[in-house]
Parts: sequence; structure tokens; C-alpha cells
Amino acid sequence: MARATPPRDYSLIGPSAEAAERMGLVAAEWYHPEVARKRMKELMRRSDGPALRDTALWLTLLALTGAAGGLLWPSAWCIPCFLAYGVLYGSATDSRWHESGHGTAFKTAWMNDVLYQVASFMNMKEPTFWRWSHARHHTDTIIVGRDREIAAMRPPDLARLIVNFVGLRDAWDTMISVLRHASGRVTAEEATFIPDSERHKVYREARGWLTVYAIVIVVAVLTRSLLPLLYIGLPSLYGRWLATIFGITQHAGMAENVLDHRLNARSVRMNPVLRFLYWNMNFHVEHHMFPMVPYHALPALHAEIRDDLPEPCSSLWAAYREIVPALWRQLHDPTHFIRRELPEGASPFRPEMHDAVFERA
Amino acid sequence: MNRWVDVCGTDDVEEEDVIEVEAGDRALAVYRSPTDTFHATDALCTHQQAHLSDGLVMGEVIECPKHNGRFNYMTGAAVRVPCLDPLTVYPVSVRDGRVLVELPAA
Repeated sequence: MARATPPRDYSLIGPSAEAAERMGLVAAEWYHPEVARKRMKELMRRSDGPALRDTALWLTLLALTGAAGGLLWPSAWCIPCFLAYGVLYGSATDSRWHESGHGTAFKTAWMNDVLYQVASFMNMKEPTFWRWSHARHHTDTIIVGRDREIAAMRPPDLARLIVNFVGLRDAWDTMISVLRHASGRVTAEEATFIPDSERHKVYREARGWLTVYAIVIVVAVLTRSLLPLLYIGLPSLYGRWLATIFGITQHAGMAENVLDHRLNARSVRMNPVLRFLYWNMNFHVEHHMFPMVPYHALPALHAEIRDDLPEPCSSLWAAYREIVPALWRQLHDPTHFIRRELPEGASPFRPEMHDAVFERA
Repeated sequence: MNRWVDVCGTDDVEEEDVIEVEAGDRALAVYRSPTDTFHATDALCTHQQAHLSDGLVMGEVIECPKHNGRFNYMTGAAVRVPCLDPLTVYPVSVRDGRVLVELPAA
């Protein structure tokens, strides 16, 4: 008879957090391929040009689709316009939020800061809170008890994943979190990754968000129209589906508690339109290995280190063909995960980590 | 009494770049600015102990390779989160093509 597997504890203040410490998984040394310093400096070099071009195009598309939706309102013809507007607002912002949060979108710091604040709001990710959360995600990627950005836990909460295609669960959690922060409080878990000195920013931003939402709601009530909410607020829900599709590919079904991003992250080949919307974050293994490389240089980074990496999934479809069965199996067997093969000649997985994860799984 | 330690040649560091050197029992990051001045700090980021010599020098700023936090390497000030605590900086002198760093007495 199969031995029952105890449920995993993903809390940041529970037994898994202590176990991660004991196993040496916290703030540990991660594997990354060797790249000559001269080449690495070329890849890391910052520039305003690509992000200015891409941001101008993104804002133009937002303005065009939003204007068309407003002009065609309330006829059925406004629906495709708002669907496009929603994807640009609720999905394309996720990668803009992410890249500017790393400070790699633009060379000019204030441009990153402005984009980060705007995209955080559109993406419903509180700016300072998520800056610290994401720093933890990069320190302890998919380490159980340390990383709060594990989208598909084991066993996966399929209902949550599905309702998040319209952002419902995340939006609900975010609003609860915003209300808590606006009242000047953080949870015990949040206190593990947001330093004291940064919490006043969390509280101030939450109060700012509530003010904006209140204004939009008041305008909608006064004008007796849904339009203000279709422009601000609701697109974070009805336009969220593509960001969720992208986001699940990053780590779902992969190994936990390893110190090699080749084992716990996934890169996926995508067409230029998707890569524009996603700002090349489909090169996710590469991004985790070298987070200083700007999005526009990730294809070049991939070419530089591809011999050391597993072959990327050939498409989104191919990615989901391995993700869905893996998550399905994890419903009944939380020890299951997708095992990556390396190309011949690649640096091997560190055996102590690779073997250890199999034993722990 | 403080001591001056020869840590590298000026040609060992490219313009607007950083290298890591050993100086006694310390690991240091030695920077060459775009205006050809030399500077030294502790080698590891104060946030999560990443090696700053793997980072990117931009003007007067060094960006940590792990979380993109930043320091002014001339003053040691943390200028971008998640770096909050300043870096220790050390006086530097350049003589005859060599970079010397003043360290506290052992």
C-alpha cells in the first residue's frame, strides 16, 4: 500500500521554513553557466531605447483600443476593443511591472520607477510589497517555506489556478492585503521579507490605491456608467488571462527545493507578438540565472548559454502539454515533478542537489 | 596602525568595471570609474552576500548581480533596494600603475 504523503507546508513561518534553513537552501549559492566577463557586460548593458520604443507602442495600443471601445460603447462592437485593451492593461503590464522592478527595463532610473508604479497598479501588485516579495523569489526560487511566489503548489489548487485566469482570487487577496496595509499592518509572513524601514511605503501606496479606486467608483456612480471601471480596475480581471497563461509556464510542475534553475524553471519559445506582450520573459531560466540582463538581451543570452540548458519547450502548447499532466498527477502524487534532461556536454546537475531532491520528493 | 596594501595593477581593471581581489584576510571589490579614478569596497553585497564583481558598473554605481540592488561605490551608500545597508569603502591610492588600498591594522 502506498505511503500517504503529508501535505506540504508552504507558509513562510512554518516547519518548511525551518527545514529550508536546515537543508542549506536559504540564500544559497545557485548554479549558473560561466560567461566571459566581457560578453556578460555586453549582455547586461542598459539602454533606454528598446523600452522607450516598446512602452510607446504599448501605450499607443492602449489608447487606440481604449478610445475605440469608448466610441463604440455600448454596442457589441466595443467588446473586441475592450478585450484587446484588457490584455494590454491586465496582462502586458505583468512583464512591464516585473522588468521595471528589476530596474533593467530602462537605463534611466526614474523611468523604471515611473513604469513600476503605473504597471504595479494596473497589475494589482502592490509596489513595495512585491518588490520585496520578488527579491525573496530570486533569493530562494521555489524553495518551499521561503518563496511566496509559487503559483502551483503541491497538490495544486486547480480551482484557484482556473479562477485566476480572470484574476479573481489574486484580486480578492490583493484587495484584502491593500485594506490591511492601508490600516498600517503587515502579517507575520510579510514581516519575514519586508524590512521595517520599508513598511511605511507599503502603507502609503495602499492608501493611494484606495483613493484611486474610490475616485473611479464615484465617477462611475455619478455618470451611471460602467465605462470608468472598464478602463481602470476591471481590466485587471477581464484582461488577466494571458498573464496567467504566461505565468504558469514559469515554474509549474518543476522541481522544488533545488539550487539549479534548470530544474525549477521553464523557458518556452514564443512568437514575436507574445514576446512583445511578455517582454521576453519566456526565457525564464535565463532570466533567473542572470537577472541583470535586460529583457531585450535575453534572446542573445539564451544563444550564449543554450548549450548548458535543457531545450526550451517549443511553444506554449508544448509547455502546457507537460504542465497539465504533471499538475493532474500531483493532485494524487505531490512527490511528482518534471525531470529535465540536459544536452550532451552541459554542466551536470549538482548530484548532491539533484539526488537529494529525488529523495525528498 | 592602518596599512596600504598593493591589490592589483591599474590595467587589471577595465574602465567602468570592477574586479574582486584578496587583500590579507579581506575580499575587496576594486572599481575603475568612467573618469579613470579607482575605488574599493567590501566585495560582497550587504543584502545577500553576492559577489559585486559579477555586477554591473554604471557611472558611480555598482549593481548587485543577485537582486539588482545598487550602491554608490565611491561613498558606499545604498541607493536602490533591496540594498539598505551601506558598503564599507576603503581609501585608494594609485602609484606607478599599481592600486593600493588602505586597510585597518590586522
